[in-house]
Amino acid sequence: MLESVQQTQTADVTPTTLAAVSAFAEPTHLRWAHLQPAGRALLVATVGLYVSAILLGPLAALGVELAHVGLGATLQALAKPNAIAALKMSLVLTAISVVVNTVVGTLGALAIVRQRFWGRALVNALADLPLAVSPVMIGLAFILLVGRDGWLAPVLDRIGLKVMFSFTGLVIATLFVALPYTLREVVYVLEELGTSEEEAAATLGASPWQVFWRVTLPNIRFGLGYGVLMALARSLGEFGAVLVLGGSISGQTQTATTFIHDALEERETAGAYGMAVVLALTSVVLLLGLEWAKRQKKVGRP
Amino acid sequence: MTSTAHALAPNRAERLVRSAVVLYIALLVAVPLLALLSFGLSGGTHALVEALRSPVARSALWLTVWTSSVVAVLNTLLGTATAWVLVRYKLPGRAVLSALIDLPLAIPTLVAGLMLAVLYGPLTWLGHGLEARGMPIIFAPPGIVLALMFVTLPFVIRAVEPVLLEIDPAEEEAARILGAGPLRTFQTVFLPAIGPAALSAGIRSLGRALGEFGAIVIVAGNIPFRTLTAPVYIFGEIESGTPRAAAAVSVLLLLLALALHGLAGFIERRIGARHA
Repeated sequence: MLESVQQTQTADVTPTTLAAVSAFAEPTHLRWAHLQPAGRALLVATVGLYVSAILLGPLAALGVELAHVGLGATLQALAKPNAIAALKMSLVLTAISVVVNTVVGTLGALAIVRQRFWGRALVNALADLPLAVSPVMIGLAFILLVGRDGWLAPVLDRIGLKVMFSFTGLVIATLFVALPYTLREVVYVLEELGTSEEEAAATLGASPWQVFWRVTLPNIRFGLGYGVLMALARSLGEFGAVLVLGGSISGQTQTATTFIHDALEERETAGAYGMAVVLALTSVVLLLGLEWAKRQKKVGRP
Repeated sequence: MTSTAHALAPNRAERLVRSAVVLYIALLVAVPLLALLSFGLSGGTHALVEALRSPVARSALWLTVWTSSVVAVLNTLLGTATAWVLVRYKLPGRAVLSALIDLPLAIPTLVAGLMLAVLYGPLTWLGHGLEARGMPIIFAPPGIVLALMFVTLPFVIRAVEPVLLEIDPAEEEAARILGAGPLRTFQTVFLPAIGPAALSAGIRSLGRALGEFGAIVIVAGNIPFRTLTAPVYIFGEIESGTPRAAAAVSVLLLLLALALHGLAGFIERRIGARHA
């Protein structure tokens, strides 16, 4: 029915066709009209309930529970050396991940988008995989690689590098899970951008170095910024992979997230809630940054 | 001409950078996953099947598959509805809500699990009341479903939103004028546009749910045969020093995740979308 009338619309609309259209349009329209406000209210209520049950309710519950436990007790629990060490460990890991992923994301995206080489599509697909793989499996995969009987165990023994249950293991786990975020964002921006501006700069005599700093980097900065914030959030929040590879040894390889896990097991709720609130507040701040970067990306887009 | 060629043809430094990046990604991603696959398959398919047939592993896999499937369906339907409300209804507080939708991407999943455990646990009247009425959420499958719904919340919403915004209002107007009711308008104007986007995002939420660990560890209680999911089972087997059993379940989940990842990517390429 719709198809045939759509054709009429593209043809000349004469008063007769309009009359014909409205003649059979009127009743259906009226039949639905009184249902619409009700359907709308139902839809809004469903969505409201959904978002409250999944997101807003739990968020509020954590706040209420924190007030219940008491701010003093929480701060006291967070001031303990193992809590501070865990938080410090997470910050160091996140900082390393941000620096590495900024560099790898920018250079990797430039290579993947601007160069043609054998295996390019494969590399692009591989960089996306950490999004699809469970963190626990990542942990297991690295155990099989660098653990006691792992593929690389002889090499690691010879050079005396300990990966399992060590800082190195934590770094590797964090780098793995955060890899896709900056790379994908910059790849996307570079693909949208094209090469005309860079070509113009080169034609005008700019060196590749100048082209990168004066043309490419300013163009990708918001996409890169968004990706870096996502990588930051992901690195700070990683749990499964750092638990498996790091072992969560208190004061040594415990991170903020594994600290919460262990504190809950030991029923030290003040510490667990305190650290959870610290991480939740950090992610709210990150969220504001992400929203800002997202808006800038849209503004900057031609 | 020559300078254009100069800008595009990789010089030695660029080739060096490319090799370094390719090596980094290969070492970080390809080699470990190959190690996992080869270890999992090294005992032959017979050993793999045997390991998967252990009662605990089987029940863990089934629990993960059914809860994840329920979440994928709910997420696709409710996510589409949420995107619809956010884009089309000018409700107060819309901007704040829209920003909060992304929170699950930024918050550690372990913290998400903790928040759910607090709200639906025995600490609050809500959790207490539900449990008293024989509907426990925490340490029960509904808790797993809620946790998975939290971590996949933005997927479908963020995929459908841009598509809804791009639909020409004239199309909807035309359908209405031509006499189509709301349902028919949705079917003919909106569904063809948002369907593929919602589908691929739904597939991604399925893949994500299959592998989730942090949010589940806290809400599920990890009771074998009742609330032990496949990723938590893998973790338990690693801890107890039986990597064979862990690898068998991992290989199965990994292949499933890769298939879903590929399928979602295929749909996204066809409609020119990108995923969250």
